[in-house]
Amino acid sequence: MTKEKNPLSLQLDVSDFLPADNEEKQSLVVMRQSVSFWRDGLRRFKKNKIAMTSLVVIIAIMLFAFVGPVFYPYSYEQQIRGSENLAPMQYSDQELALKAQGEKVFPHILGTDSLGRDTMVRLMMGSRVSLLVGIVASVLVLLIGSVYGAIAGYFGGKVDLIMMRIVDIIYTVPDILIIILLMVTLKFPLENLANSVPAFSWINTIGVGLICIFIVFSLLYWVGMARIVRSQILMLKEQEFVTAAKALGASHGRIIKKHLLTNCMGTLIVTTTLQIPSSIFTESFLSFIGIGVAAPMPSLGSMASQAISGISSYPYRLLAPAIMISLIILSFNLIGDGLRDAFDPKLKD
Amino acid sequence: MGKYIVKRILLAIVTLWLVATITFILMNMVPGGPFLAEKAPSEATLKALNEKYGLDKPLIVQYKNYLTRLLGGDMGPSLKQRGRTVNQIISTGFKVSAKVGGISVLVAVIVGVTLGSIAAMNRGKWIDNVIIVITTCGIAVPSFVVSTVLMLIFSVKLKLLPTYGLSSPLHYIMPVLALSFYPTSYITRLMRSSMLEVLGQDYMRTARAKGLSQFKMLFKHALRNAILPVVTYLGPLLAYTLTGSFVVEKIFTIPGLGNDFISSITNRDYMLIMGTTIFLAALLITMNLVVDIAYKLIDPRIKLK
Repeated sequence: MTKEKNPLSLQLDVSDFLPADNEEKQSLVVMRQSVSFWRDGLRRFKKNKIAMTSLVVIIAIMLFAFVGPVFYPYSYEQQIRGSENLAPMQYSDQELALKAQGEKVFPHILGTDSLGRDTMVRLMMGSRVSLLVGIVASVLVLLIGSVYGAIAGYFGGKVDLIMMRIVDIIYTVPDILIIILLMVTLKFPLENLANSVPAFSWINTIGVGLICIFIVFSLLYWVGMARIVRSQILMLKEQEFVTAAKALGASHGRIIKKHLLTNCMGTLIVTTTLQIPSSIFTESFLSFIGIGVAAPMPSLGSMASQAISGISSYPYRLLAPAIMISLIILSFNLIGDGLRDAFDPKLKD
Repeated sequence: MGKYIVKRILLAIVTLWLVATITFILMNMVPGGPFLAEKAPSEATLKALNEKYGLDKPLIVQYKNYLTRLLGGDMGPSLKQRGRTVNQIISTGFKVSAKVGGISVLVAVIVGVTLGSIAAMNRGKWIDNVIIVITTCGIAVPSFVVSTVLMLIFSVKLKLLPTYGLSSPLHYIMPVLALSFYPTSYITRLMRSSMLEVLGQDYMRTARAKGLSQFKMLFKHALRNAILPVVTYLGPLLAYTLTGSFVVEKIFTIPGLGNDFISSITNRDYMLIMGTTIFLAALLITMNLVVDIAYKLIDPRIKLK
């Protein structure tokens, strides 16, 4: 039994002065190199099982949406005569006859709709539209919002006051109403532009509906991003490295681009990722009420909307787009949450 | 305080003016006059009609007339529903929508606050996990998916609930469920995190130490403080209920304002589109203003700028 040492005693402990053994030395060796912000965040993100699973799901859906239609034998607008209203994995009489002759007929995995179009390939194209809208709209929002917010925050004073007042006003405008209104009224001038001016004929290849959505979303959704970026810049611009950059004669543009925006990258990434599901949400809503992307291009929203009319006879037609849209939104939400925890713990409420 | 309120009211007025101006510009951007709708009228009739509604005047005069009429509360005639004014359509539709929307908001707040508190008090237990999983899914599922799946289960398969109209209390069940699913999930998550924060505060320990009953501790101390973030969410909640109602009213064929709005879009009834947009915008902006001011009044910790 060791005698308890008086805490006030100045007597030295001999064991403290013994040479260190190998085990102790090992524990003092710096095992890990200093990690960068990115590596640290990525490491935390990789540990998050839910977020990683969601990432895998999203990659699988992307493959399904962008690569799937290339290998699928039917196309999304192809109306197969005689194969209307087939149940999943069902063959029409003609196709059965073909099969009897020994020809290979690819099955309609999810059946066909009332016009004889294959549901599976329409689901792929619909997911493609959703993903495109989500990602492109969010990138546009990121570009506009971050530049606007950075300028307002960096210059401050009157510039900031006027710029943020504009943001306040757009922020209070009920977005969904204006989006619907713009969607309805923008379509015609855009079509006109695409058909009369040859330089704008590319609009037709992407589709007027999609372009409309991009324009309208980027017109209204950037304000949230601008606010977040501005508050970050306000904090960052007081720091020494900005003063140093100024002293070295860097231009305003360079300071904003190289020093300020790169330093709030974490916030930018997280906000952009969380913007994706909300854009997809709105797009599916617009397509559902019939003003999103134009037929024959399918969208998950319009597929669900068409399924309602036949809900009692063909309930399975509703389930495919419904599950797909929920899965996409859920996965992006979870990835966004994971990124936020990994890169920007401050944002967590 | 007064300064803040004045600032917010001014901002609201500017926003409303902006919405009205945007709608006016868009209305005039749309190809074809309002009277070219069905069969083309003769030139003389057209001229008379244009004169009657003041459409022969230059745009800037029309804009002035439009704003003055709007200030007087007149939103003009409907182009497709002959003989009805936009005001009449809005007032009948709004009564229906307000009922469904109001019940949904109530359900969302009551259920959300209860579930959120239960989850927070049972942190880490199975019931907390169940609630988290359900609400995580809840905020990812669009309202049209909820409505159609409900319809599929309760009307098509089980044949328990009616699919359209609002003639009995039974008719309200599905639309209200569909409309409140997302906000309930959101409020539950909001309530859970704010409740967890409150439960960790010192004054809760003091309350327990002085031997307050569980009931008193929960209702007098915890709930009162934890519910504040939910109050701020009321503004966005209203906006959500509105957009949700567009879809839900369409699916369950409820003759509400959302349905009017959607059908006015598909019918290209421009006067009605503009009227409903301005009405709904005014409603939303006012409600947001009221909620924000109420929030500042409720929470004494918030400093007014």
